[in-house]
Amino acid sequence: MLEANLDQKKYDVDEQGFYGEFGGAFIPEMLYPNVEHLRKQYLEIMYEPEFQKEFRALLKDYVGRPSPLYFAKKLSAHYNTKIYLKREDLNHTGAHKINNTIGQILLAKRLGKHRIIAETGAGQHGVATATVCALAGLECIVFMGEVDIERQAPNVARMKMLGAKVVPAKSGSRTLKDATNEAIRDWINHPNDTHYIIGSVVGPHPYPDMVARFQSVISEEMKWQLKEQTGNENPDTIIACVGGGSNAAGAFYHYLENEKVKLVAVEASGLGNDTGKSAATSVLGSKGVLHGSRTLLMQTEDGQVEEPYSISAGLDYPGIGPMHAHLIRSGRAKVFGSTDEEALHAARFLAKMEGIIPALESAHAFAVLEKMKFEKDEVVVVNLSGRGDKDLATYIDFFKLNG
Amino acid sequence: MTRIEKLFSNKQKDICNIYFTAGFPSLNDTEKIILTLEKAGADMVEIGMPYSDPLADGETIQQSGSVALKNGMTLQVLFEQIESVRQKSQIPLVMMGYFNQVMQYGEEAFFKKCKEVGIDGLILPDLPAAIYEADYQQLMKDNNLNNIFLITPQTPDERIVYLDNLSSGFVYMVADASVTGKQKDISNNQITYFERIEKMNLSNPRLIGFGIADHQSFSTACAHANGAIIGSAFIRALEKSGNIEATIYDFIGMIKNEKVGV
Ligand SMILES: Cc1ncc(COP(=O)(O)O)c(C=O)c1O
Repeated sequence: MLEANLDQKKYDVDEQGFYGEFGGAFIPEMLYPNVEHLRKQYLEIMYEPEFQKEFRALLKDYVGRPSPLYFAKKLSAHYNTKIYLKREDLNHTGAHKINNTIGQILLAKRLGKHRIIAETGAGQHGVATATVCALAGLECIVFMGEVDIERQAPNVARMKMLGAKVVPAKSGSRTLKDATNEAIRDWINHPNDTHYIIGSVVGPHPYPDMVARFQSVISEEMKWQLKEQTGNENPDTIIACVGGGSNAAGAFYHYLENEKVKLVAVEASGLGNDTGKSAATSVLGSKGVLHGSRTLLMQTEDGQVEEPYSISAGLDYPGIGPMHAHLIRSGRAKVFGSTDEEALHAARFLAKMEGIIPALESAHAFAVLEKMKFEKDEVVVVNLSGRGDKDLATYIDFFKLNG
Repeated sequence: MTRIEKLFSNKQKDICNIYFTAGFPSLNDTEKIILTLEKAGADMVEIGMPYSDPLADGETIQQSGSVALKNGMTLQVLFEQIESVRQKSQIPLVMMGYFNQVMQYGEEAFFKKCKEVGIDGLILPDLPAAIYEADYQQLMKDNNLNNIFLITPQTPDERIVYLDNLSSGFVYMVADASVTGKQKDISNNQITYFERIEKMNLSNPRLIGFGIADHQSFSTACAHANGAIIGSAFIRALEKSGNIEATIYDFIGMIKNEKVGV
C-alpha cells in the first residue's frame, strides 16, 4: 500500500519542496493561497483511509489496474537479456496519465473545488482529465496550444466528446509550455472555485511530489509483480521516457533509495542535440525557473525560455520535473536521448516483435535498448507509458502504411 | 535612501506610476518614453523586462513583450539604455520582471548592474519571499535596491504584515484576483479590500495596480492608497500611437483629468 513516507530520504522532496537545489514554489503572490492550501492539505487528504479506498477502487475497476508486467520474450532474446514491459498502455484512456488525474480529481472534490483546469500537449493528459471530470461531474477546461490542437486532432475530439471545453493557447509558441502558462493565468483569474490538475511532475511544490506519489502505483505494482515472476522485487534497470517526467517518476519511485537499481531517463533528442531541434533538457538546459519550480530548462543566454522540438508532443517540453533534475545532476539517474527517427524505428520494431504499438513517447524509451549493454540475466523493466493509437497518423506518414 | 523613498518622503498622495515594456513599440523608445513620462507628470516609472513566459500578465503585456523581444531587446541593451536615461533624469525607476531572467544573468551581478545604471527597486513577482529573505535581502540592500512584494485580495492578514516587513520602497497592492490588463470598473468588493488594507497601517506606502485604466479608477485607487500603477492601459495607448510624445501627454492628462505638458 501507499504510505505517507515522511522520513527524509536522499532523493525525496524536503520540507520546503526541494529536491536538492531543485524545486520550490516560484509563483506570483496571486497563486500563493491556492498553492499553499494544497501544500498544507495534500498529504493528509491523500492518505485518509477513505480517500485511499476510493482511489484504489477506481484504479482497479475503472482504470483496470494492476497493469500487467509482461515478459517480452522475443525482445529479450533479441537483446540477449530479460526485458519486462510495464503495461501502462493498457490503462483506460491509453496511458499512465490517468493514475494522476484520478488522484487529483478526488483531491479536488475534497478541497471543495468544482471547476477543473488542465494543460495538455499531446492531449493524453487532457483526455485523462476530461475523463475523470465526466466521472466526477465537474466542469472541465483544457488549455492546449494552437499548434498541438492541429497535430493532435483525435484527442481534441475525444476531450470534446467527454464534455470538456478545449481552449486554444495562442500566446508564445502555441505549444505545451504556453498551454501551461494559460492554465496558470486562468488559475490566477479564478482563485476560489478552481483546481488545476497539472499533468506531470512539474509546477510549484507540492505538485511534483503529489503527482509522483499518485504515479508511484506503477513501481509499487512492479515490486510484487517482479517478485512473483523473478523471485526478486528489484530489477537491475528501469528505463522510462521523460517529458515532464511523471511516468518515469512513477516507475522509479519505490526504487529511488535503492541505488543498486539503475534508473535510466530517456529524453527526446528530436533531430539531434546539435541541430537546434531537440527537447533534451538535461543536456541542453541550464538552471532556472519554469512554471513555478527551479529546475533545468532550455533557455537563451538572456534567460528567455526556448522552444524545444520533438516529433512527440508529450516530450516537447523545455523543462523537466525538479525531481529528475536532481536525479540526473546527482548521478542517480543516467540520461539517454533518442531522436525522432530512432523512436519511430523502435516503435515499429516493438510492434513487429511483440504485437504492441507504443505511443511515440514510450518508443523513445525502447530506442535506448539499442544503445545500452546488458548482461544476459539482467532484469530490465521498460515503462510502456502509453499506446500508439494517437500516433497512427505519424506512423502512417513515416512508414508509408497507406500505400 | 533610494529615489523611491525620497519620492514618498516628499509626496504621499496621488502618486502616478506608469509601467511600460522595454523595447516596445520599438527597441530604442525607452529613453523617449521615460523622459516624456517625467515631463508629463508621472512620479515614477516601472520598466518591464520583456519575458517569453510572463505568468502574471494578460494579453496586452504579453504581446508587447513578444514585440519587444522580436525587436531585439535584451537585458544588456536595456541596462545601456537606462544608464543613458539616468544622465538626464532623476525619476524613480523600478524594474519589473521574472526571476528566471535574474538567475540567468547571475543574481549578484544583476543587482550590482541595477545599482550601477541607477535602478531604484525591483518587482520580481515569482521570487518567493522566503528565498528572498534567506538569499537576496542583504545583497539587494547592499546595492541600494528596494524590493517590492505584491499583496492580493486573497493574501491573509498575517502574510500581508510579513510581506510588508520584507518590502521596502512601497507595497504593490494587486487590485483584483487577476492577471494584468483586465478592464472593468472597480467593484465594492475591491473597495472593501482597499479599506481593509488601509486600516492595517502598513509600514510601507501602498500603490494599487492591475486594472487601473482611466481617471476614475486612478482616483478611486488614490483615495485608498498613496497612488496607483498603470500598465496595460498605457501599452494599449502606445499600440495605437502615431506620436509617442503626444500620446503620453494625452494619456497622463486623461489619467489625471487635467491639462498637462507643453
Ligand atoms: C504516453 C505518454 N508517455 C509519456 C508522456 C510524457 O509525460 P511524462 O514525462 O510526464 O510521463 C506523455 C505525455 O503526454 C504520454 O502521453
